[in-house]
Amino acid sequence: MRRGQTPMTEEGAFRRNFEVLGEDFYNAGRVSTEIKEILQQVGVAATTVRRVAIAAYEAEMNVVMYARRGTVCLELTPELVHLLVRDEGPGIEDIELAMQEGYSTATERMREMGFGAGMGLPNIQKNSDRLVIHSTAGVGTEVEIEVRF
Amino acid sequence: MPCGSAKKTMMKRESISIRIDTARCDGDMACMRVCPTEAIRVRGSKARIIESRCITCGECIRVCQTRAISAVTASFADVSRFDYVVALPSPVLYGQFGRGVTPDRILAALEKGGFDCACDLTLACEAVNAAIEQYVRRYRGPRPLISCFCPTAIRLIQVRYPELLEQVLPIESPKEFMAREIRKTKARELRLREDRIGIVYLTPCPAKMLDIVGHPSKEKSDIDGVIAISDIYRTVLSLLPISGRGEHGERTRMSGVGMSWAILGGQTTFLKPENCLAVDGLRNVVRILNDIEIGKLRDVDYVECHTCPDGCVSGSLLVENPYVARARILGILGQLGTKPCRSERERAELYESEDFVVERRLTAQLQGPLDLDVSRAIGKIRRLEEIRQSLPNINCGACGAPSCAAFAEDVVREEAQLSDCVLLALEQLRSGQTKVWDVPPAEGHSTPDEGKEP
Repeated sequence: MRRGQTPMTEEGAFRRNFEVLGEDFYNAGRVSTEIKEILQQVGVAATTVRRVAIAAYEAEMNVVMYARRGTVCLELTPELVHLLVRDEGPGIEDIELAMQEGYSTATERMREMGFGAGMGLPNIQKNSDRLVIHSTAGVGTEVEIEVRF
Repeated sequence: MPCGSAKKTMMKRESISIRIDTARCDGDMACMRVCPTEAIRVRGSKARIIESRCITCGECIRVCQTRAISAVTASFADVSRFDYVVALPSPVLYGQFGRGVTPDRILAALEKGGFDCACDLTLACEAVNAAIEQYVRRYRGPRPLISCFCPTAIRLIQVRYPELLEQVLPIESPKEFMAREIRKTKARELRLREDRIGIVYLTPCPAKMLDIVGHPSKEKSDIDGVIAISDIYRTVLSLLPISGRGEHGERTRMSGVGMSWAILGGQTTFLKPENCLAVDGLRNVVRILNDIEIGKLRDVDYVECHTCPDGCVSGSLLVENPYVARARILGILGQLGTKPCRSERERAELYESEDFVVERRLTAQLQGPLDLDVSRAIGKIRRLEEIRQSLPNINCGACGAPSCAAFAEDVVREEAQLSDCVLLALEQLRSGQTKVWDVPPAEGHSTPDEGKEP
């Protein structure tokens, strides 16, 4: 039922890539803020903008916390927002486990900073209409997020 | 009171309370560079405010050398139409004068200067503290609640964070609460019609004006006029009496808890300190609002936001150095003490008996999208991105926009032309793509001082 969900003809879509660096806590959140501003300029409804901002932020944070580096590819069509977040990092061993609320592999230091509550992926799920995760342990993770208007 | 200039009262609904006198404006771009929301453009050597972006923070007023930018406030003459005029000075006024100048003497000077009565606001501030305490305790909606007393912060939420409007505290401000009370009391006492009593707020910033002309929660504010503290400063200074009011210089009853509203953290006195944040400075407020928007801080009860550093004590319509003023406020606080006027039980009773909660009428004030049609808007954002990449991206400002990104948006919104970019034009000249005579003249003007910008 979700086949052909991204009608990405050259004329219809807007694309932009953002770089995210691992451990760059200072700039964490900047990508989601920029994406939010783009959606506001396009006139996307405020509730949808917030859902995308939350999902993008959580995905961005996962790169900052666990990976060496990553990219967020934004694709915007009149029907939906598509985010493809790819990172080079440890990958996720057990995706099903990682999807459970409260499950986290965050280090003690991250938890001290208030991160790693195990809500990242569940939060993305809650704020998106489609979430696909591919991961190879030791190589990296690819998170695909879709929010429809 | 011989204060103020010939500024006109404006009691009609306005979206911003800052205006530019084009005749005085010399085209200096200081205002454009300092504006935190990129709301100012300088084209044809004149600055212009894009109202839908302005949050009335007053930064441009502070930096304008020619004084072309001013707050739209009233003068004393504007409120002289009333039979009885009450002054409600923001408590920050008490920190504007020398050491030893007590609030009583300041209130007395206001009364000597022409106000029929000058009322202290600190007791009302403490009453509102109690209302915040009680409201937060009973609140079950999405957290944190965001304070509603800095109109610039509210405007920022309306312009950029519409989803957070439902988290804005729906409590009446101390000045509105006090104005309502004093109008009733004075009308009864003096046997005057309520509308014959004029209530004037003495403001530390232009944004409070906005709060009143476009009151966010009711049709009509109880305040009839707003006068800038900087406009009455000299008059008050020249009329300061040796002692307080009345023949025997009796003391006004004040609240130390309420006095702390002049500085950061004043609103949270009755809240659990570990469950609330007090944030000052526009950049920090933006960071906090970003965090709230993405769902962090759900374990926080209340966020007090001030876009001015350290709160109202550094408002743009004040005179004294904010650090000195803060020290004076702390001195007054020391004398008043921090003991609340009411016990916790009395505060709960007060909350039950008075109308503190107001209906929320705040609406989003987003700048319109690039196009009403989403497909076309996406096309325009693509064009915007292309333009942005073709620009030098050094944010020189010579085109009249504060950044290359803002300029790109202006071009897409057809408010500027690509040829306004001086560096791009220069590059084309150098590469021989255009000749000097091909460069179109800038739109709408032909002033020679175009060339004065570097």
